[in-house]
Amino acid sequence: MSFDPTHDEPLVCLKDVHFAYGERSILKGIDLSVRRGQVVAIMGGSGSGKTTLLRLIGGQLRASQGEVRVAGSDLSRLGRNDLYALRRRMGMLFQFGALFTDMTVYDNVAFPLREHTDLPPEVVRDLVLMKLDAVGLRGAGALMPAELSGGMARRVALARAVALDPMLIMYDEPFAGLDPISLGVVGQLIRRLNDALGASSILVTHDVHESLEIVDYVYFVSDGRIVAAGSPDEIRASTDPFVHQFVHAEIDGPVPFHYPAEPIAQALLGGRG
Amino acid sequence: MMGRSVSFVRRLGASVVDGIWRLGFATRFMVLLLVYSGQSFRRLHLTIREIYFSGVLSLLIIIVSGLFVGMVLGLQGYETLQRFGSGDALGVLVALSLTRELGPVVAGLLFASRAGSAVTAEIGLMKTTEQLKAMDMMAVSPIARVVAPRFWGGVISMPFLAAIFSTMGVVGGWLIGVVFIGVDAGAFWSQMQAAVDFRYDVLNGVIKSVVFGVAVSLIAVFEGYDCTPTAEGVSRAITRTVVSSALAILALDFVLTSFMFRG
Amino acid sequence: MSRTTLDLWVGLFVLIGAAALLFLSLRVGNLSSANFAETYPIRVQFDNIGGLKVRAPVKSAGVVVGRVSDIRLDIESYRAQVIMDLDKRFEFPRDTVASILTSGLLGEQYIGLDAGADDEMLKGGDGLPIGQSAVVLEKLIGQFMFNKAAE
Repeated sequence: MSFDPTHDEPLVCLKDVHFAYGERSILKGIDLSVRRGQVVAIMGGSGSGKTTLLRLIGGQLRASQGEVRVAGSDLSRLGRNDLYALRRRMGMLFQFGALFTDMTVYDNVAFPLREHTDLPPEVVRDLVLMKLDAVGLRGAGALMPAELSGGMARRVALARAVALDPMLIMYDEPFAGLDPISLGVVGQLIRRLNDALGASSILVTHDVHESLEIVDYVYFVSDGRIVAAGSPDEIRASTDPFVHQFVHAEIDGPVPFHYPAEPIAQALLGGRG
Repeated sequence: MMGRSVSFVRRLGASVVDGIWRLGFATRFMVLLLVYSGQSFRRLHLTIREIYFSGVLSLLIIIVSGLFVGMVLGLQGYETLQRFGSGDALGVLVALSLTRELGPVVAGLLFASRAGSAVTAEIGLMKTTEQLKAMDMMAVSPIARVVAPRFWGGVISMPFLAAIFSTMGVVGGWLIGVVFIGVDAGAFWSQMQAAVDFRYDVLNGVIKSVVFGVAVSLIAVFEGYDCTPTAEGVSRAITRTVVSSALAILALDFVLTSFMFRG
Repeated sequence: MSRTTLDLWVGLFVLIGAAALLFLSLRVGNLSSANFAETYPIRVQFDNIGGLKVRAPVKSAGVVVGRVSDIRLDIESYRAQVIMDLDKRFEFPRDTVASILTSGLLGEQYIGLDAGADDEMLKGGDGLPIGQSAVVLEKLIGQFMFNKAAE
């Protein structure tokens, strides 16, 4: 495992983080860090705990053990107001965009600006048009979210996530359910916006090839632990059986095909015995 | 036998713990709702929007049902009263039953099924599509931005709707009694005015409608906020809103009536 | 929908609601006639109040001038002690007589005041002479039968 946290202060830093829903343990000791300016991908199969990881960094969940630090502050020590102050400098893209369905595209992007700033309407308008232009949807301001395609909705959500020029942008499955063209567009946008804003980005995804194109560093999560990490080139060249299985989409390997269960013969016979 | 009783005790314990947890959650929710209410009044247009959705859009059903309820009261009441030769008292019967009971209660039930269910569905769907979480991640409290305006919109709309319902009912009773049956208009109104007291009947009816408005709105926003974020969860939450609101209205009505009119 | 149309509708809604409340208080209820701003209490005792209830009207010459505010039994005399709240605008002589009357044959019972001729007027807390009791139908019929039999 080529994990090396020897840089000066990282923006996001997780140390030995554990998390459990009741008695079901999801994360079992995660160490992870994101430097400023970096785009980092967290990959893993469905149910491996990657989304939980993102929620911990966003402060929506609290670690049951270990430390989550964002921009130098320990999230477990923050009160509601401090957490909200920190979140103003974070943007998050939800899996299906989570646009407000009762507002137009324009109002969606303007929402964080109107809630958190006292800017006059003309300034808000200019900022919104700039953000929409950055995702190529300046002409779609008057549409309702229901009138957008999946890819367009994702791009509007992206414009909304960066409306306040955040220092950290989090993406929960930004590629899920997109056609190849939209997928490429969203991928390039993530990289471009990150560099333009001088922000850091965390992608949670299981789309290996698209993300390897745009990220600086990759963590592989399986069963609540980080099993591999490295730069995209290292990952492509990796001989680690887990990484190999994931990158080449093999059905069986270290990630088992079966959910843990008793052997099938026993299960079938058990009913009669 | 032993195992069964142990598992029964365990299930009992689990449901008690679950109930207490839910109660705590509801209390916390209510406290936050009140704490954030100030924000929904500072930004009045959010609340005005919700008054439009729960009040103005309920207007039609309230007016039509009020009229019909009043007309039925007129027919049935006259039928009974004239057996005792006191058809003139029709106005009293119609007005008292509407201001004291039917106005607040029936308007409350209609309000719960028309506006309460819509509020639950809206908040539930926003939760299901992660809009509430997205808002929370943008450092905007969903309780301040989504829940509190809907709550206050309902609380403000309800007394007006109940008053409109009662008024339309009296008009309906007048239509049947005076215009169609031919009860003397003077007797109709003067007996009504002699018997209906402002403080005792009208004001108590308004108080009832305010209480019902608070109860229904609270149930509606809580069920929406608390629903399981799936399609099935939302539909269950809507059902629960309508059923619990109806029960709450009838139970509260009994309690309030026994305090107000026991003289 | 734009915010101005929305505001318009909500304003209209509030106006209709307020109009309905006004209608209920003035046309249906009797806010204008029976909500006395200031009242003064007057005591009166009756041998029998029949079906008189708290909040029954007090009328003089058919005009409502007050309401019954309290009814209790006076343990010393075993009479009913009735407190009436009379409107400050109406003053009555000290020798006014109260009687319990019935509106119609089966209607509600109320207190009728027959003003006397005294120069001094009643003050708050004063008492009236023992009033004329309610007519109890059973007694009336009994009396009638007794008289008939005596003839």
